[in-house]
Amino acid sequence: MSIILDKVNYVYSEKTAYEVHALKDINLKIEDGEFIGIIGHTGSGKSTLIQHLNGLVKATSGGIYYNGRDIYDEDFNMKELRGKVGLVFQYPEHQLFETTIFADVCFGPLNQGLSKKEAELQAFTALRSVGLPEEYWYQSPFELSGGQKRRVAIAGVLAMKPEVLVLDEPTAGLDPQGRDEILDQVAKMHKELGMTIILVSHSMEDVAKYVDRLIVMNHGSVMFDGTPKEVFHHYQELEAVGLAAPQVTYLMHELRKKGIPVDGEATTIEEAKASILKCFQNRENRS
Amino acid sequence: MNFIEARKLVHEYIRRDEEGNVEGIDTALDGVDLDIKQGEFIAVLGHNGSGKSTLAKHLNVLLQSSGGTLWVDGKDTTDEANVWDIRKNAGMVFQNPDNQIIASVVEEDVAFGPENIGIPTDEIWKRVENSLKSVGMIQYREHSPNKLSGGQKQRVAIAGVMAMEPKCIVLDEPTAMLDPNGRKEVLDAVEKLNKEKGVTVILITHYMEEVIRADRVYVMDKGKVVMQGTPRSIFSQVDILKSYRLDVPQITLLAHELRKSGMDIPEGILTRQELVDALCRLY
Repeated sequence: MSIILDKVNYVYSEKTAYEVHALKDINLKIEDGEFIGIIGHTGSGKSTLIQHLNGLVKATSGGIYYNGRDIYDEDFNMKELRGKVGLVFQYPEHQLFETTIFADVCFGPLNQGLSKKEAELQAFTALRSVGLPEEYWYQSPFELSGGQKRRVAIAGVLAMKPEVLVLDEPTAGLDPQGRDEILDQVAKMHKELGMTIILVSHSMEDVAKYVDRLIVMNHGSVMFDGTPKEVFHHYQELEAVGLAAPQVTYLMHELRKKGIPVDGEATTIEEAKASILKCFQNRENRS
Repeated sequence: MNFIEARKLVHEYIRRDEEGNVEGIDTALDGVDLDIKQGEFIAVLGHNGSGKSTLAKHLNVLLQSSGGTLWVDGKDTTDEANVWDIRKNAGMVFQNPDNQIIASVVEEDVAFGPENIGIPTDEIWKRVENSLKSVGMIQYREHSPNKLSGGQKQRVAIAGVMAMEPKCIVLDEPTAMLDPNGRKEVLDAVEKLNKEKGVTVILITHYMEEVIRADRVYVMDKGKVVMQGTPRSIFSQVDILKSYRLDVPQITLLAHELRKSGMDIPEGILTRQELVDALCRLY
C-alpha cells in the first residue's frame, strides 16, 4: 500500500502569459501508515501537490500510482480514489451546509452510494473519533465555535473511511488549545486506526511535535525530505526560503555558541528540557 | 480622556427561529472595560468565541452595543452622527487578505479608502505613496494584487487603511493565514507604524510570539476581560493562561518547565536572548 509520484510536473495556465510551473519533477513515495508533514512558503506548491494525491488536479506530465495502479489509467476509478484519499481543505468549515451536524457528516458516505443505515453508522464513528460531544450532533453546524466546526468538517471526510487523510493547514485561525486538540486527535487517529496522515502546516513547532517525516517544498520542488530533526538541521537554508526552525532549535544553537554543550538537534520543548537538564546535571556531578 | 474608553460594554447576539421568535441570547461581550491611550500597542488574546472579534467590530462601530458605553477618540459610538468620523479614525484589517482587496492594481486598491472619504486627487496619490512606503510595498504599486503572496496582500490591505490616515488601526488575526515569513513582514510593518507614526494598534491574535511586541495585553474569556498587563506579567502566569485555552510562547514555556524542574530561572522569560542569558548565568 503506497502512493508513488513519478516525475510529476504541473503547469498552471500553460502556454499563456501567466504560465507557472507549480510542480517540477516531483518524486515521492508515501508508505502506508506514515505521518508526514509538508512545509513550504506561500506559493511553494504544497497545495497543488496534495490536490494531485486524489486526482483533483491532473499532472501535466509524470505518473501517480495508488497501491501500484496508475491513477491516470482509463479504467481507474477516480471516484473511489477520492473516497480513499480524503482531503480536508483550508477552512473546511466554510463547506458545511446541512441543517444538522449529523446530516452534514452523512453527506459524504451517502454520496458514495452507501445505504442510509451504513452512512449513519460511519457518520457516528467519524463524529466519535473527532471527539465532538454527542449533545451537539443534532444542532445546526453554524452555531458551533470555529474549532468545533472544523472538527465536524474533518468528520465529514472521515465518514468516507479514507485510507489516507490529507489536511491542508487544519489549525489556521484556531486558538492554541483548539489547535492542540485537533492535532492530538489527528495523531490519535494515526495511532489507533493506522491511517496515513499528510499534514500541510505553517507551524514549525507543530510539525516538529507530531510528524515522523517532513517534506519541504520550495519553488515547486522537494527541497528536503527526512525526519524533522534532519530537516531542521538545515535551519539556515530553511530561513533563506522563508521558513524557520522551531524556536527551541535556535535557542539550543545559541546555547552551544556560548559554550554550553546541549543537544543542537532538539526540536521540541520536551527534548530541549531534557537536554538542558542533563547538561547542567553533568556539570554538577563533575564539580 | 483615553483614546478608547469602554465602560461595562455589552453585546448580545439574539438567535431567532424561522418565525422570528427569540430562541436564545448569546452574550458575546459581558461588561468590558477598556482604557487605551493614543499611541499604545495593545494585543488582545482569547480563545475562539471569547468575544475578541465582536469587540473589534465595536471599535469602528460595525456593531452597536446592547449596553454600556464606548468612546473612541472622544466620541460616543452610540451617537449615529459620530459613526463616520469614528470609522475614519479606526481602520480595520481582517484575517483573509483576499476578502479585502477589491481593485486590480495595488495602488488603486490603496486609493479606494481615501477616495471614498472625499480626499482631493493630488492628496490621494501622496497618501498612496506614503502608505505603500510605510509597509514596504512601494515597488509593487503597479502590480496586480492577485500575484502577491499572502503577507504582501495583507500589507497592501494595511496600506489601504493607512491611506485614510486613521489614528488607530484594529487588526483581527491579520496573520492567521500567512507563512512564517509573511507573519514577520506584517508584524514588522505594524510595529513600524506604531513606533514611527504613533498609530494606536489593537492586534487580535492567536500567535503568542506576536504578543511580545505589545505594550499591553488584554485577555478575554466568555466576553469578559479576565487579565490585563504587560506581556511579561501576563506570560508569567502560564497555568492561568492555559485554563483560558491559551498558551505562552514556546521559549516562555520551556523556561517555565525548567523552573518547575528546579532550575533558578525567573518567570516571564519572553525571548531567546533572555533565556540564553539566564542559563549562562547559572552555568
